[in-house]
Amino acid sequence: MLRRSFNVLMLSAALAAGTFSAAFAQDPVRIGVSASKTGPLAGGASGVLWPNIKLWAEKVNKAGGLKVGDQMRPIEIVEYDDKSSPEEAVKNIQRLATQDQVDLIIPPYSTGLNLATAPLIAKYGYPQIVSTGNANDLDQFVKRWPNTFWLLGPAQGIADGIVGTLKDLRDAGKIGNRVAVVNVSDAFGLEMIKTGKPALKEAGFDIVYETSYPLGNQDVAPVIASAKAADPDAFIAYSYPPDSFALTEQAQLQKFDVKAFFVSVGGNLDGYGKRFGGAANGILIMGGVNASDPVFQAYRKEHLAVTGQEADWWASPVAYASLEILQQAVEHVGSLDKQALNKEIQSGTFKTVIGDVHFDNNINNNNWTVGQWSDGVVQGVRATGNLQGAQPPVLKPAWRSN
Amino acid sequence: MMNIPRNELLALGAGLAGAAVLAFLPLVTEGFWLSLSVNIMLYAAICTAWALFSGPTHLVSLASAAFFGVGTYSVAIFIDVLPFPALILIAVVAGALLATLVGLATLRLSGVYFVIFTLGLAELLGQIVTWVQTNFGGAIGLYVFTDFTETHLYWMLLALTVVVFLTGWLINRSRLGLALRIIGNDEAVARHVGVDTARARIILFAVSGAFIAVAGAIMAPRYSYITPDAAFNPMTSFLVVIMALLGGTRRLWGPLVGVVPFTVVMDFISGHFPNQTAVIMGLAFLAIVYVLPDGVTGQLESLFRRRPTDKSLLTTTVEEGR
Repeated sequence: MLRRSFNVLMLSAALAAGTFSAAFAQDPVRIGVSASKTGPLAGGASGVLWPNIKLWAEKVNKAGGLKVGDQMRPIEIVEYDDKSSPEEAVKNIQRLATQDQVDLIIPPYSTGLNLATAPLIAKYGYPQIVSTGNANDLDQFVKRWPNTFWLLGPAQGIADGIVGTLKDLRDAGKIGNRVAVVNVSDAFGLEMIKTGKPALKEAGFDIVYETSYPLGNQDVAPVIASAKAADPDAFIAYSYPPDSFALTEQAQLQKFDVKAFFVSVGGNLDGYGKRFGGAANGILIMGGVNASDPVFQAYRKEHLAVTGQEADWWASPVAYASLEILQQAVEHVGSLDKQALNKEIQSGTFKTVIGDVHFDNNINNNNWTVGQWSDGVVQGVRATGNLQGAQPPVLKPAWRSN
Repeated sequence: MMNIPRNELLALGAGLAGAAVLAFLPLVTEGFWLSLSVNIMLYAAICTAWALFSGPTHLVSLASAAFFGVGTYSVAIFIDVLPFPALILIAVVAGALLATLVGLATLRLSGVYFVIFTLGLAELLGQIVTWVQTNFGGAIGLYVFTDFTETHLYWMLLALTVVVFLTGWLINRSRLGLALRIIGNDEAVARHVGVDTARARIILFAVSGAFIAVAGAIMAPRYSYITPDAAFNPMTSFLVVIMALLGGTRRLWGPLVGVVPFTVVMDFISGHFPNQTAVIMGLAFLAIVYVLPDGVTGQLESLFRRRPTDKSLLTTTVEEGR
């Protein structure tokens, strides 16, 4: 019984595959993806990476395909789940490279899995445009794997962004010198506090309260209460999605009023703006976009229409940009020659939803680091490099009594 | 001079010959099949090491992830200062030490206390590592860069598997093995005939833990970037138990019979149904429990209606007495 239904399943899968390939006259360009569909990283990957792959593939195919030389070839996505584990990810890359013999590869989600798969992707020579991972000292990876490209830039820049914003506000006499800083104690939070804290001290801020809390801790009421007792002018949280929400919620409940309130990952989600509505106005977040750019606005609309979910205000457009870069590199080179593609990505300039991207020694040094909520939209207020469109930050109004 | 039965010598010879043949695999393929073989070899080593302890004692250990992580971190911490063979030794010592400590704390108790404790152990160690790195270390991720290729990892894991098998075989033939079989069958009887049950268990747990730690150490170069979540991933513990039980733990080669089909089938499923993997896996587990309650080896044995031949007179008597 089980076997028969299994056979039927296989048969229908084979039929579906058959009709799919028959629909295209041209030989498709096969693009492999291995990323998380299950496990701890699945949430992030299905919010940021998978929808953008879907959107991009659909858009390219609707436009007639990918331009390779003088041919328009449809693209076919070959996708595997890495179950959030390095072993699976490595095996999937092997499968994509040697079994499916795909033409291009879209790398996995997260810093860890990108680093775990980098040696293999380098061995087969595919360009690896990392849009969902970064680290300090990226130069050493570029030296090791010259085919890796780091779209998010080094971690230092991201942690320091908020410090720069606070410094500007203080130097303009808008806020005082007292800062409370908290972080989630996992890889991300530690990486951030490691560079963020020295930057605060160097900028002459007085750290009046500092603590870390474990990942997955939902009871952050004591954290906010202690921060409030220290009476800071600004609050920085190097936080993750569940705690970014929880910290904001507690701050609102306890009427913890500061002139600058900053949360990290999670504050960029569309759901964050929806959850806090007007109360989110003035909240600073990690990341950001150029919200007034019509290209970005159009992208957001398409993202919602095709995938049924909203793009976020930081990572989604970056993930999409990585695919645009891949596409334009193929168009510029006119072939799928990996060596030539790597060379083109190293030196070329690409028009994307996050603006013109040019890699500097394989690292993109132009990134949004701080954004600010304003009536349901995030406006980028600070960026590294020469990104245009930053708005001056405003002070956060007091929480409304409700 | 040990008196080794002829059939065991034959099995030993066949096993070594098989391992020698497998050693040539990287010369045939270096792509996907080699990666899959690395995964199979990894779990063959871990599951067999797990069954060394859990098979005879009937105590389900969920500590595999803890040992694996300890091995991984042994490499990650010292990779820049020591040569790789020294790191393997550190992993052996660290794994054995951890197992001994845990054993001293829990193995005097029986049954469920032990299982619960081992379940929490990986999480505990992961949190300790995080805490240490938060307060003293700075960054939480550690980089492991080596020149090892998949081929090197495969050979090291193959060698480890061979050593685990030889150790298991030697233990089975020793007084310790006999003591453990008696404990597994009836602990009260074991104590009455003068077996130091806690000591026997702790020794075996240490051996098993050391081997799993070595497997973790060998895999560290493949991770490149070591974080507590990846190194102490609780999934490792569960996969090990599932695969070993699928094969059956009554025989030394039992887990191997589980690992190979499980890994291959899992791979087929995740390769062909990337979006339905979890559902199909769940159905597969149900099917295993219904169709093969005693594992593959148990099924084979009942098919051939063969009595296990390596049981000593004493354990047979114990079983019949119950």
